[in-house]
Amino acid sequence: MSLAATTAGVDQTRALAGAVSGLVHAGDLVLLAGDLGTGKTAFAQGFAAGLGVDEAVTSPTFTLVRTYPGGRLAVNHVDVYRLERLQEAVDLGLAEMVDDDAVTLIEWGDVVVPALPADFLEIRLAYGEGAGDERRLTLRTVGRRWAARRRSLEAALAPWTVA
Amino acid sequence: MSADHRLVLGIETSCDETAAAVVAQGADIRSSVVSSQVDLHARFGGVVPEIASRAHVELLTPVVAEALVESGAEGPDMHAVAATVGPGLVGSLLVGVAGAKALALVWDIPFVGVNHLEAHLFSAFVEDPSLQFPLVALLVSGGHTMLVAMEGHGHYRLLGSTVDDAAGEAFDKVARFLGLGYPGGPAIDRVAITGDPTAVRFPRAMLDAGYDFSFSGLKTAVVNYVRQHPEAATEDVAASFQQAVVDVLVAKARRAAREIGATSVCLGGGVAANSALREQILDAAAEDGLNAFLPSRAMCTDNAAMVAAAGWWHLGIDGASPLDTGVEPNLALPLT
Repeated sequence: MSLAATTAGVDQTRALAGAVSGLVHAGDLVLLAGDLGTGKTAFAQGFAAGLGVDEAVTSPTFTLVRTYPGGRLAVNHVDVYRLERLQEAVDLGLAEMVDDDAVTLIEWGDVVVPALPADFLEIRLAYGEGAGDERRLTLRTVGRRWAARRRSLEAALAPWTVA
Repeated sequence: MSADHRLVLGIETSCDETAAAVVAQGADIRSSVVSSQVDLHARFGGVVPEIASRAHVELLTPVVAEALVESGAEGPDMHAVAATVGPGLVGSLLVGVAGAKALALVWDIPFVGVNHLEAHLFSAFVEDPSLQFPLVALLVSGGHTMLVAMEGHGHYRLLGSTVDDAAGEAFDKVARFLGLGYPGGPAIDRVAITGDPTAVRFPRAMLDAGYDFSFSGLKTAVVNYVRQHPEAATEDVAASFQQAVVDVLVAKARRAAREIGATSVCLGGGVAANSALREQILDAAAEDGLNAFLPSRAMCTDNAAMVAAAGWWHLGIDGASPLDTGVEPNLALPLT
């Protein structure tokens, strides 16, 4: 199933991410998809802040993985933008990173789905109409972990859901 | 003979590059081998894949062997072996650190753990040991953007760093978006030469606010501009983007130098190879009466000579690191 939401800009994308972070459990996997500049890292920033991480969340594009242990749950922030082959995601141990102590957020995660557990929340970000800062978000759940949280996800997204 | 030269073998595996170097007395580079820059395939066989720690495992032995051969020294001539312990990818760091410890045990010499960021700050001194403190170092690469005040070796003050994307990352992402290829820094540099840097007025985020940097909004501004102006000349967009980055970097480095009373400003990291940044930091330094030090490209990017140099210095000040020293993926610059 999928849900749609619209944010007016990067601040609202961060706020929406904070609302989603209230629903996550240890061991969850969240995939972020969308073109350059649509707000994947901004989503990660709002998400980590919502979990109580107080250090600056910066892009993991070059380091591939950054871990933030400081909040309600530890956050593994991953970016597979630079990986060129699926085998590299396997070598990196992405599947093993998804464990019971942390929540794992993967930017460009849609391209490495075959290397991941089939149980995740996917958030797709896209540019809105026109030239403004509006972003369209589509949230899709795969597997049982997230199916059980559909109602609470709908409630969390209500402020940004298109009527 | 070996004791006179005080050779340190440095090993660097924190990110993509597998690197090894032999440096005498922290400044005299006898060899510096970086996996992506030599044809190990021809000499040792096998593929040279990127990123995964498995690649470091496959490359470490031939890269160390090559560094020793080029230096003209034998392993047991080494005075110490230094390796990057962080920050970086845990699996990649472990390969270099485990290899360094094994060599230290076999050759019965000290092991020294080195901070990758501190090693970058040492790179300028390897090429110009006469650099004077206090100085401002601008470290700009794909993974880092930071402005550091150095009052002496080991005395660092972090003035600011990026709050989102690193400068080099912005170059790479904009280059890919504009279809200019990888690596993005050199690609934009090349195209920008024929473009008009004043064609588009892109935002200079946080220009007058403190010493932190933000490049994520600039990247988005470029994407938005091109979506609205598909007819815009790529070289103009590239030149205008590059100018926005350089303006912020130069303005903050200048202001920092003025505030701390620095005599010198130096660059480090892969973006330090950008020709517009080099030209404009030189102009600014001349205007402000500062010495500017611009390291060679080989010393800007990840290498093991800087690790050996930092290791040499730490060995003299703090002695060897214990062999149970672990890797630290989130290691920060040690501040005073």
